[in-house]
Amino acid sequence: MIELLFFGQLTDVTGTSTMEWDSVQDTDELLKQLLYKYPQLSKMKFVIAVNNKMTTETMPLNPGSKIAFMPPFSGG
Amino acid sequence: MNTSLPYDRYQRQLILKGFGVAAQDKLRGSKVLVIGAGGLGCPILNYLTAAGVGHLGVADHDKVSLSNLHRQILFDTNDIGKYKVDVVKGKLNALNPEVEIQTWRDQWTKQHCIDYFLEFDVIVDATDNFSSRYMINDASVLLQKPLVFGAVSQYEGQVAVFNVKQDDGSFSVSYRDIFPVPPQDAEVLNCSEAGVLGVLPGVIGSMQASEVIKLITGIGNPLVNKLWNYNVLNQSVCIMDLVPRKDNSGGMPLNLDQFLDTPYDVQCGLNVDHQNEINPDTWKESYMGNFLVDIREPYEQPRLNSLAESMNLKLIEIPLSELESRFAEVCDKNLVLVCQAGKRSLHAVDLLSRMNINSVAYSLKGGVNGLVDLKWLSNE
Repeated sequence: MIELLFFGQLTDVTGTSTMEWDSVQDTDELLKQLLYKYPQLSKMKFVIAVNNKMTTETMPLNPGSKIAFMPPFSGG
Repeated sequence: MNTSLPYDRYQRQLILKGFGVAAQDKLRGSKVLVIGAGGLGCPILNYLTAAGVGHLGVADHDKVSLSNLHRQILFDTNDIGKYKVDVVKGKLNALNPEVEIQTWRDQWTKQHCIDYFLEFDVIVDATDNFSSRYMINDASVLLQKPLVFGAVSQYEGQVAVFNVKQDDGSFSVSYRDIFPVPPQDAEVLNCSEAGVLGVLPGVIGSMQASEVIKLITGIGNPLVNKLWNYNVLNQSVCIMDLVPRKDNSGGMPLNLDQFLDTPYDVQCGLNVDHQNEINPDTWKESYMGNFLVDIREPYEQPRLNSLAESMNLKLIEIPLSELESRFAEVCDKNLVLVCQAGKRSLHAVDLLSRMNINSVAYSLKGGVNGLVDLKWLSNE
């Protein structure tokens, strides 16, 4: 299993800030599965971090990986 | 014996190990520009003035309103209607007359960035919209100024320090490395749309003030190449390590000429057509027969059902995110669209016209917040 963390308005779509997910090979495959389950995420901007490190390209995932989905905030 | 009596004020931080007169001198010799004197700006300005930053620039074009007071702690009820920077200047001068306060009460623009950033040591983003945030970020990168970023959303906040010169001469990551493309302002709710717990910008602004003090004095490790995330509901903190992005797909301007040509308000969807906007009185006089479409998410309050019942309105609830897929439900009806503050509904009207709606759609100016202000609707 892997652990998913959602922040900000993304939790309005997922309904929760943390969830367990079946292990997948990499962040691309995870994103594909997530967008299938939560199509509304495709309209939202977010950055992905694997084990607290931001990713700019596809990253391999291992069981136990923590993947965070962080949207931009604008309020002040 | 130390005879520098003016420093008595700072005695409690002077005696800190690793701080001392040297750090206090650095603060006194520094110039910090804070853009935005709202929820974030108030605690930032309060603490930086108290700490003895020598020169503070403050920019904000807004006036104090009643709904500011639950979080914007430099203002009181008597300040309603006054320019924020005028009130701020008075309060900060009273708090610490040793600090020089410079204010701007016009809208902060690209030209302001170019004209004034170089005069300051640290820039602080305490604004409340993406258009300003991207403009300030890009100007900080181009003019090589460290930027202390903070933002809030409902119960969560983010803090980061961008664009600091590193040991190898390169600069640390900026906001464009995290989010290269500006979101449309209507995509992400701000405080007037989504609400904010009053204490949250207090926490985030205080974090920003502490990062400014660390940058100037050199104590500790500022949040360089890191994004600090905080959730007030469970007090959880998540620090993300940031990495530079190699490509420039987001359209970061490469020089000041390109910067001046960058339409930040258009990129962030602020420059929408206001032609189809109607105020509540016009709505009441002429368009009560139109279908009222509430495009807010189901959790946004207060709901309009009781108003629709008492005023005999035809109410349809379709969240903005579903408007395209449910276009058939509205495409042949005359509509008045409403959201929380009147911003997303403008975008929705724009969206419907691009989808070739067969009928007329208006956006209700001021949204549900406006109806509450008019007491047509109660918050309970």
